[in-house]
Amino acid sequence: MSDTITAEDPLSGEEIELPSDVEVGEIIDSPATGAELEVVSLDPVTLEEAPELEEDWGE
Amino acid sequence: MHVGLLYSRIRRDEKLLLNELRDRGHEVTKIDVRKEQFDLTEPPESFDGLDVVVDRCLATSRSIYITRFLQSYGIPVVNSHETADICADKAKNSLALADAGVPTPNTKVAFTVESAMEIVEEFGYPCVLKPVVGSWGRLMAKIDSESAAEAILEHKSTLGNYEHKVFYIQEFVEKPGRDIRVLAVDGEPVAAMVRSSDHWLTNAAKGASVEEFELDDRAKELVKQASDAVGGGLLGVDLMETGVVSESGDSEARQTQSDVDYTVHEVNHTVEFKALNDAVEADVPATVVDWLEAKVDGEQSLAEVSA
Repeated sequence: MSDTITAEDPLSGEEIELPSDVEVGEIIDSPATGAELEVVSLDPVTLEEAPELEEDWGE
Repeated sequence: MHVGLLYSRIRRDEKLLLNELRDRGHEVTKIDVRKEQFDLTEPPESFDGLDVVVDRCLATSRSIYITRFLQSYGIPVVNSHETADICADKAKNSLALADAGVPTPNTKVAFTVESAMEIVEEFGYPCVLKPVVGSWGRLMAKIDSESAAEAILEHKSTLGNYEHKVFYIQEFVEKPGRDIRVLAVDGEPVAAMVRSSDHWLTNAAKGASVEEFELDDRAKELVKQASDAVGGGLLGVDLMETGVVSESGDSEARQTQSDVDYTVHEVNHTVEFKALNDAVEADVPATVVDWLEAKVDGEQSLAEVSA
């Protein structure tokens, strides 16, 4: 079984590799653009640009 | 057990927790809070059958409201609404620590630029202005001069959000180029690290380097007290060492270990731990899940006894 899967970077249109255990909601850094992308579905794996940081985010 | 994990982003912290829970055979329901609606009396369907909910909301506002709804529904949540409400606000956080007698930096709050300037003048330079809500060192200002104070306060007063007009001003603590982050469960330390930086902000999110730290008895005592002060739970307790000179300080003036004490500047309620997990030998997610299991077992036993 492959350790990676691919999906389209919504910003650049390039196919990028993701770990095979990605989860819905997971944030990944696009190797193509450096932007933060959110995994919004798994079948098929679909990415969207992650929401911008908001003021009340934190720990 | 069946665990609900509230999230809006799955960061490496959440992934570590999810993997640990699943590896142990626990059922996990991920709940994307952006998609939920909260009724006054009936919990959303996604909360059905949960033994415990773990709040990993990134947005403080969501965390505060959802924990309050869960409290009304009678669904156990980690951390509790009380804890979230205190920890989410730096003024409430400082008050809780002071009320419990935990040493914490001298802090004052004012609501007008004029009153805030009086506090700044009283504390002297430098002092620190922090937003009451916020994290990762964002919008923190070290005020070095009267002109800087006037400019920063004026900017804050025009930012729009009312919270920026709550001026939270703190004495500047001369720390030895580092502070200490302790992850604790109900006051029991899981692991600790020092966060070091040449910058006055030593948040890991600001690029500070991290290293495992061994807590002495005094630090452990303060972690317990600080945890109790905010209602307990899974917490990140931040301490600064006092009575220690920096590495660049005069070695003749270096204090002995017995002079070291601590001040607790903050307790965090949706604590991140990926940097800590990388820095320490302890398995942080495993210890957190041990604690969750014990908590759920304890609550179920209690329910059986009272049934």
